[in-house]
Amino acid sequence: MLEVQGICKTFYPGTPNEVRALQGVDLTIEEGSVVVVIGMNGSGKSTLLNAVAGTFPLDRGTIRLSGRDMTRWPEHRRAALIGRVFQNPFSGTAPTMTIAENLALAAQRGRWRGLGRGLGSRLRSELRERVRHMDLGLEDRLDNPIGTLSGGQRQSLTLLMSALVKPDLLLLDEHTAALDPRSADQVIRLTEEILREHRLTTLMVTHSMHQAAHLGDRLIMMVRGRVLHDFRGAEKQRLRPEDLLARFDDVRRAEQLDESAAEMLRTMYV
Amino acid sequence: MALLVGSFTIGAILALLALGVLISFRVLAFRDLTVDGSLTLGGAVTAALLVKGAHPVVATCAAILAGMAAGATTGILHTKCKINGLLAGILVMTALYSVNLHVMGKSNVPLLAEKTILSPVRELASEDASTAILGWEVQPQELLVLAFTLLAVAAVGLVVHLFFRTNIGLAMRATGDNPQMICAQGVDVGWMITLGLALANGLVALAGAFLVQYQGFADVQMGIGMVVLGFASVIIGETLVGSRQLGLLITGVVMGSILFRLLVAIALRWGLNPNDLKLATAAFVLIALVLPDLAGVLRKRWKG
Repeated sequence: MLEVQGICKTFYPGTPNEVRALQGVDLTIEEGSVVVVIGMNGSGKSTLLNAVAGTFPLDRGTIRLSGRDMTRWPEHRRAALIGRVFQNPFSGTAPTMTIAENLALAAQRGRWRGLGRGLGSRLRSELRERVRHMDLGLEDRLDNPIGTLSGGQRQSLTLLMSALVKPDLLLLDEHTAALDPRSADQVIRLTEEILREHRLTTLMVTHSMHQAAHLGDRLIMMVRGRVLHDFRGAEKQRLRPEDLLARFDDVRRAEQLDESAAEMLRTMYV
Repeated sequence: MALLVGSFTIGAILALLALGVLISFRVLAFRDLTVDGSLTLGGAVTAALLVKGAHPVVATCAAILAGMAAGATTGILHTKCKINGLLAGILVMTALYSVNLHVMGKSNVPLLAEKTILSPVRELASEDASTAILGWEVQPQELLVLAFTLLAVAAVGLVVHLFFRTNIGLAMRATGDNPQMICAQGVDVGWMITLGLALANGLVALAGAFLVQYQGFADVQMGIGMVVLGFASVIIGETLVGSRQLGLLITGVVMGSILFRLLVAIALRWGLNPNDLKLATAAFVLIALVLPDLAGVLRKRWKG
């Protein structure tokens, strides 16, 4: 279970570039629940994910996972409990190392790495089975450098790697945004499969209204560093992409009104 | 011929340096300039201990530890104090110059009667014996030293190769390849860089220890330009094996180091002024670095 309480983050405080990315976000994700996060550019959805992953220190608030307070843990220590797939398909794998070596690295996530053999024959055949199970035809190319694969293939493998050691929390950061439509579909299918199979607690950011409407059992919509809407249960299941777009239009209109109203007040009183 | 055997031996000794540079430069993608200082440090520690009567094996191990400490210092400056990698290396290298003078007590320490790690090898043959191989006059003593050095380098190369197949070795390779990825796999990138630099400079110091015991003196200037030499060996090695696969690269880099020494010996024989040696080495590395890009540009131009 993930418990996020009152987290705030301002980048470049006190400068003209000041960005108030998170302004008091509370979020509790039950065990095994899949939460989809949507929001416009700059709404803080990716920042929320990075805050949980530990990419930067928080200004305020706490983050607990599986009952452990990890607010002050460095990123690599949190990684013992968290699986991650990045937006950039090249971020999640080491390009000059082979497929098998990359998987072997993920098979040790969060564990002590000593002078034991990194890629023994037993681990190797086990990894081979896992790759075969994905049905990408990569099981016979385990010794190829992973950098020779396409973005979609690399993203699929990153996904497999993130669940190789069952994580307490899976973070998916727009992990299909940089892929062509066919690869994106494939990665989404694989995502659904892995989520179903392992019942992973998941926080997934997406820009695709289609994915947002069809994936997960809960959806939150972020605006300006806050959670604006939180759809659960039957309400989430009824949501269609058009409903979400309509909500976005509401937000946009409200913000325009805010600005024009402010302008009007300024001309009247200043 | 004696010149040739000597070049082979020094080339083999400096292959240890090249393996160290391979770890920092290629595996970690870290341009580590500590090397110039840590090679001398290895030599200085060895010479100082040998003069005090220490066992050669103890002196050599102490040199490795000293080199590891130097590398770890560079790593900590870079990862904890957030200093640029090049600058961190330069700072440690500069500081080591004074440290080395203190260790040796003077700028040059000759090893005259002291037993070295090579003494038992040399004693296997008498000093003035000489045999002829293919019509060349050769001292068996020098051949034995060469054989021993090659064996030692092969053993070290094998250990390095096996290390990079362990769990921690794989993590180190991934650190140089994609730090974001390995961090997400739960590895402390800063610690990995520090450990890698310690190992690299441990190897460099081992090269210094061997060099001092082979040539019979330690000199505070002996490390100058060594990092460029290491780059040269790595680049030649990569060209020789034409692969980025680590196992092959290790072999290639050892061959590269020996080949480079031979080239130097031949150039000197043909009348290259020894004063121009560093200039020639730097020019060589420059050309080797620029050539692949240049070839690409030219190929495009011919095609277009």
